[in-house]
Amino acid sequence: MASTPPKHDSNNSLPALLSVKGITKSFPGIKANNSVDFEIRAGEVHSLLGENGAGKTTLINILYGLYQPDEGEIKFKGKKIALRSPKDAIKRGLGLVAQHFHLARRHTVVENIALGLPGTPMFFPTKILRGQLRQLGEHYGLKVDPNARIWQLSPGEQQRVEILKVLIQGAEILILDEPTSVLTPQESDALFGVLRKMTSEGKAVILISHKLDEVMRIADTISVLRKGNLVGCFKSKDTSPAELAKLMIGRTIEPTTRTDIEPSKSSVLELKSVWVQNDRGTNALQNISFRLRRREILGVAGVAGNGQGELTEVLTGLRYPSRGQIIIDGEDSTLRGVRGLFEGGVAHIPEDRNRMGIVPSMSVAENLIMRQYRHKPFAKGPMIDQREVTKFAIESIDHYSIATASKDTPSRQLSGGNVQKIILARELSGNPKLLVASHPTYGLDVAAAALTHELLLSQRARGAGVLLVSEDLDELIKISDRILVLFEGTVMGSVDTQEVDSQTLGAMMAGVSFKDIQGPTTSA
Amino acid sequence: MLERFGFKLVPRKAVPGYFVFLVSFGAIVAAIVVTGFIFWIYGVNPFAAYSTIVERTLLNSRGLSEVVRKSIPLLLAGVGLVLAFRAQFWNIGAEGQILAGAVGASGIALFVPLPPFVAIPAMFVAGFVAGALWGLVPAILKVRLGVNEIITTLMMNYIALYIVRWLINGPWKGDSVVGFSYSDMFHRSIWLPTIGNTRLHWPTLVLGLLLVVLLAVLITRTKLGFEIRMLGESPIAAKYSGVNVLFTTTMLIALSAGAAGLAGVGEVAGIHHRLVEPNSISLGFGYTAIIVAMLARGSPVAAVFTALFLGWVFASGDIMKVALGLPFQITGVINGLVLLFMISSEPLLRFRIARVSLKNPETAESETGTV
Repeated sequence: MASTPPKHDSNNSLPALLSVKGITKSFPGIKANNSVDFEIRAGEVHSLLGENGAGKTTLINILYGLYQPDEGEIKFKGKKIALRSPKDAIKRGLGLVAQHFHLARRHTVVENIALGLPGTPMFFPTKILRGQLRQLGEHYGLKVDPNARIWQLSPGEQQRVEILKVLIQGAEILILDEPTSVLTPQESDALFGVLRKMTSEGKAVILISHKLDEVMRIADTISVLRKGNLVGCFKSKDTSPAELAKLMIGRTIEPTTRTDIEPSKSSVLELKSVWVQNDRGTNALQNISFRLRRREILGVAGVAGNGQGELTEVLTGLRYPSRGQIIIDGEDSTLRGVRGLFEGGVAHIPEDRNRMGIVPSMSVAENLIMRQYRHKPFAKGPMIDQREVTKFAIESIDHYSIATASKDTPSRQLSGGNVQKIILARELSGNPKLLVASHPTYGLDVAAAALTHELLLSQRARGAGVLLVSEDLDELIKISDRILVLFEGTVMGSVDTQEVDSQTLGAMMAGVSFKDIQGPTTSA
Repeated sequence: MLERFGFKLVPRKAVPGYFVFLVSFGAIVAAIVVTGFIFWIYGVNPFAAYSTIVERTLLNSRGLSEVVRKSIPLLLAGVGLVLAFRAQFWNIGAEGQILAGAVGASGIALFVPLPPFVAIPAMFVAGFVAGALWGLVPAILKVRLGVNEIITTLMMNYIALYIVRWLINGPWKGDSVVGFSYSDMFHRSIWLPTIGNTRLHWPTLVLGLLLVVLLAVLITRTKLGFEIRMLGESPIAAKYSGVNVLFTTTMLIALSAGAAGLAGVGEVAGIHHRLVEPNSISLGFGYTAIIVAMLARGSPVAAVFTALFLGWVFASGDIMKVALGLPFQITGVINGLVLLFMISSEPLLRFRIARVSLKNPETAESETGTV
C-alpha cells in the first residue's frame, strides 16, 4: 500500500488532550469496561482495537456523553470534567462519526449540517454554511456537493458529510467508529489521507476498528481492548499484527486455509438474464447471468447497496425476479418461493441475523427448528413433537458448542457468534445443495468467524455450491474460488481468486469492468 | 430526565411470572381505588359502596351466577383476541363479530326448522361461521393490500350494528311484535338450557372452557401455533422461515372471530331468545374483551380469570344502578381505568428503576448554561 501517507510522529512530551482513568461501566450481567485507562494527544491517530463486544463502543459512548461511567474520571486538558450528554462533549470539541449515519435522507448536505448546529439562524439557515462547507471540503479533500440530497450520495460520500458536520461543529478530537466498513479500498485510502491532514494540523483522531492491517497503517498509538479490559497500549511502530491479534483474541487462532478442490463441471445454480426490482420499483439487478458449480464457493463483492441484498433475496425466494430464469440443480426454480426452495435444498444464512435469522423472543430449541418444523421428525400431523425438538436441540447445542444457559433460553440472550451458530446448525442440518450466505461473519469475533469459514469450506468439500456475499474483501479472497463483482445491479466481471488482488476488486466495485483493468495495468 | 433526580431506568432481562401477575393486579387495585373517589364525588361512601357490591355479587348465589353469566361472552371473545394478539393482529372488531354470530344463530333459529338436538349445534356452527367471515374481511385486506386492521375491524363493528338494526326493523321484524323492534321469539325447545333458575346458559360456558384448552394446546403444541407465534414475534423471520402469511392469518382470524361469534350465539339463544337491539345483545362485550385479552397477556388460561374479573365489573354495574343509584356507565370508567393503569405499568415490566451513582460531583459549566 504505497499510497498511504507518511505517519506523523506524535510528540510524547505533549500533555494529553483527553484522558480517562479507571473507567468502569457495567450492564446487567456484563462488565463492558473494567477500569480502562486511555489517553489521546493532539496530532495523533489513536486506534481502539478489539473484537465485537470488547467494549470499544461503550468506551466511545462514555466519551461522547451518551453513557455515564459507574466509576472513573475523565480529564480534559488536565482538568476533571463530567460529560453528561453529547452537548457537553461537542462543547469540549469532541465529534463522533457513527458507524451508521444519522442523516435526513431527503434533505440536502448543507441542510443536514445546519440541523442542530448552534447559532443557525431561523431563516435561510444554510446561507453562511455553504461557503464554509466548500472551504473545508477543499482544504481537507472532502469533496461533496452541498446541494445534493443525501439519498443521492454513496455511503462514502455520506461519511464525508458526517465528517464535515463534526468539523463545522468545531471538533478537535474526532471519533470514527468502524469508518471503513462502508468503503472500497481506494476510498479507505482517501479517508486515511484526510485523517493524516487533520492530525498534522493538531487535531486528534480516535479510530475504532477490528481490522488489524488498517490499524497498523494509520494509527500512531494502538490500544487493545478485550472483554472490557485494556490489555495493551503500543506505539504502532513497536508492535506487529501478530502480537495485536494475539492480544485481541487472547490466544492464537489457526488461520483458515482453503484446500484446492476441483469444482464439479455441473452447475448447481444458474441465472439467465435475471432482472429484479427493489421495493421502490427500480431495477436493483439488471440482466444478471452467472453459474455456480458444485464444490465451488462464489464470492459476491460490491459496495453496500449495489444489488447484493436483492440477489440473495431472489435466490432464497423472498423476492421474485421480474424477468429471467433461475435454475437450481437442473430445475427451473424461478417461482418456487421460500418454502419450496428450502425444501429443494437451498439454505440461507441471512444478513440480518438477529431479525430475520432468528426470532429473538423464542427459545434456542424453537429457533433451531424454525425452518424444518413442518416435516418429520418434528411434525406429527398438525402437532409438533416436543421430544424430537428437544433431541435435535441438545444434539445441535453439543455439536456446535452453542453457549446457552439451556435449550429454553430466549435466543436474544445469546451473543452474535452463538446466534450465528444456531442459524448454521439449522441451515446445514439438511445437507443443502446450495448455500446462500450473506455477510456471514459480519460483527462476529475472530473465533466465531473462523468457525463459520470452516463450515462454509466443509460444505464445499461435501459437494455443495456456496454463494458468499460479503463486504470484507480479505474474507472473499481467502474463502472463495471465484469472485463476482456487482456494481449498480450489473456484473462487472467474475474473476478467479488466484488472479486478483484487492486493488483490482476495488476498481471493479467502483464501476470499472474487469476487461478495462486487464488492458493497460496488469496487477504487479 | 429521571437521572436529574438521581434515578435511571435499567432494562430487565427476564421477568418472572409472579411479577407480571403482581403488576397486573396492582393496575386493577389502582383502578378500584380511583373509582372509589368517583363514588365519593357522587356522594356515596366508597367503603359502603364496595361492601354492598361485594355482598351482592360475590356473597350470594344469584349474584355469583350473574358474574359468571356476564363472563361467558367475555371469555369467548377474549380468548379469541388472545390468539389474534399473539400474532400482533389488532382485532378491535370482536363487537361486530359477536353481532354477526348472533345474526347467524338467529337465522337458523327463525327460518330453518330442525329438531332441537340438531338446531342447537347448528346455531353454534352458523354463529361461528358468521363471526369468522366478519373477521376475514379485515384479515384479507391486511395481508393482501396492507390495510390497517385496527381501522377496518373497528369499522366492521358499525356495519354489523346497522345490519342488525335493519334486520329487526325490516325483514326479520317479528309478526307478533307490535311497537318494538325485535324478531319473533325462538321456539322454546331451542333455548339454551340454564342452571336452575339462573340465567347461566351452561352450554356456552362449557364451549368457552373447551376453547381455552384448545387454543392453549394450539399455541404451544402445534405447527399452526408455532407459525402464529413467529408471525407475531417477528414477521420478517416468519417470511424467511416460509410461513404462508395469508393462510396462517386466515386460520387464526377465523378462530379468533369465530369465538366471538359463539359469544353472540350464547347471548341470543341463552338470554334474549330473539334477535334484539344490538346494544342489548352486547353491552360492549367485544370492546371489554380487548381488556380481557390484554390482561391475560397472551395466555388463554389466564383469560378465564380476567374474563371473570371483568364479568364481575359488569355485574357490579347492575348493583350500582339498582342499589346505589349510580349510573351503569361507571363500569365503563372502571374498564377504562384498568386498561389505562395496565398500559402505563407496562414500563415496569421492561425496566427497573435504579439509583444513579453520582461519583463525578463536578458538573462543570454545563449546568450554569452560559452561551
